[in-house]
Amino acid sequence: MAGENTQEYWRWTESHWKNPDIRWEDAKIVTVGIDVGSVSSQAVVMTDGHLYAYSNMRTGSDSPESARNALNFGLEETNMPESRIDYCIGTGYGRVNVPMADRSITEIACHARGAHFIYGPEVRTVLDVGGQDCKAIRCDEKGKVVNFLMNDKCAAGTGRGMEVFADLLSVPIIDVGERSFQVKEEPESVSSTCVVYAKTEATGLLRKGWQVNEVLAAYCSAMAHRIFTLIERIGIEKEFAITGGLAKNRGVIERLMKEIGLEPMRTDWDTQIAGAVGAALFGYALVQKGKGRKK
Amino acid sequence: MIIVGIDCGAKNTKTVVLRDNKIIGKGMILTGFDQTSAIRESLHAALKDAGIDVKDVDKISGTGAGMEEIRDADVRVNEVKAMAKAANFFVPSARTVTDVGAEMGRAVKIDENGKVIDFAINEKCAAGAGAFIEAMARALEAKLEEMGPMVLKSDKSIPMNAQCAIFAESEVVGLIHAKTAKADISKAIHDAMASRIVSMIRRIGVNKDIVMIGGVGLNPGFVDSLKRELEIDKVYIPPDPAFGAAVGAALVLAEET
Repeated sequence: MAGENTQEYWRWTESHWKNPDIRWEDAKIVTVGIDVGSVSSQAVVMTDGHLYAYSNMRTGSDSPESARNALNFGLEETNMPESRIDYCIGTGYGRVNVPMADRSITEIACHARGAHFIYGPEVRTVLDVGGQDCKAIRCDEKGKVVNFLMNDKCAAGTGRGMEVFADLLSVPIIDVGERSFQVKEEPESVSSTCVVYAKTEATGLLRKGWQVNEVLAAYCSAMAHRIFTLIERIGIEKEFAITGGLAKNRGVIERLMKEIGLEPMRTDWDTQIAGAVGAALFGYALVQKGKGRKK
Repeated sequence: MIIVGIDCGAKNTKTVVLRDNKIIGKGMILTGFDQTSAIRESLHAALKDAGIDVKDVDKISGTGAGMEEIRDADVRVNEVKAMAKAANFFVPSARTVTDVGAEMGRAVKIDENGKVIDFAINEKCAAGAGAFIEAMARALEAKLEEMGPMVLKSDKSIPMNAQCAIFAESEVVGLIHAKTAKADISKAIHDAMASRIVSMIRRIGVNKDIVMIGGVGLNPGFVDSLKRELEIDKVYIPPDPAFGAAVGAALVLAEET
């Protein structure tokens, strides 16, 4: 149909990376973590507990295939044969459907462990906002889970809610954060409890003449507030780290930190790989203890 | 004495005209984004339907999510109080009344005089309101008015995992891809929503007789699912259930006058 808008506003760039300073041939133990989430999948390859390579992709309709694609993409530039892998752990929503995994571990444990690695041992509270859920995790100095709270029943406060808004407002999801600050004055937030109602409200605001950026700002602060109510319930202990795709959205994170009254920890790593990093580290620990794969 | 009840809801604004506690006129207009004009137009429609002039109206009572916008209202009646009164008016033996509208669901326990004993409300989540069925109709590419009748054609029960309307949309798309019949999907949708309304009713207790008001009462599929979830044979639905709260608001004012 002419003029039909087929752009997919939720789409983000898939990526992979290889550490140029590591030769896998020198490694004693190679472990892999594969995180098959509801929206994105990652594979992380670790050599003796060091991050060697990773991939970050969109999850397809089939979990085993998504796990396979993520691993292939992660290994693409390494020339490392798969047989070199000593242990592989699956995690995430699709963790039981990772065919190459030796075992699976819940994403809660993996995210805490992964955040501990990518942000440092000072992290005590981890917020993970994924595609279809939101978790607040308290952990100790070893990255072990002490307590957690999770919302996986309601789209408000998850990446899915943001996708709905990106679509509604025809704004690529990666631009949402920036654009939400391009407003003269911070608008009042829309409904934070239900994405369906927030959408109705947003449509009304657009008809009233609100700018798209203002509506984005109103939704970002609604989402920030919704997430805040979850972490408030578990209690926030310093230092505070954020993982998952939403960590890349300034619009929500900066508004959230204002409510919390803390500075978030910073990292140069891709925040989406935390779960897979944690899984690969658990694998490394198992192999070191001699509990690895039977050869 | 002529009393008007206006219920400015999230989706529709409903007006009834009562002459000595008898309904003589009704008007319903989409609320849209301009509540003030919807209120004016629905009042106009109801007066025209009753064949009377605005000068003949003694008093106006307002209720609903947009009741603050009803400028001419002499009183504003809380929705819970209004629905209790309405249930008692239509079915004097009513002890439980549920009101399921576009963006809210409520359940009220009442006594033999239509007085409120206890209540439960959901107006925060679309999964327990008419908006859920609307969103699912879009995912199913069906007209909203087709959704209910479809339920009656299905004898399968497929459980839905998702609670949230946004997540349920993806689940419905998955069911379509799995070549599930539309009627069976529609039944799954209605059953899921009815179970949420029923768990709200159970919080205040299931006491006979049960009356349902609100626009969703016009959906035969939902009523069917509701009865099944409640494990009872009869749910009383007044004619034009969407006007329930408007009638109740008018009756509360009539009683006070």
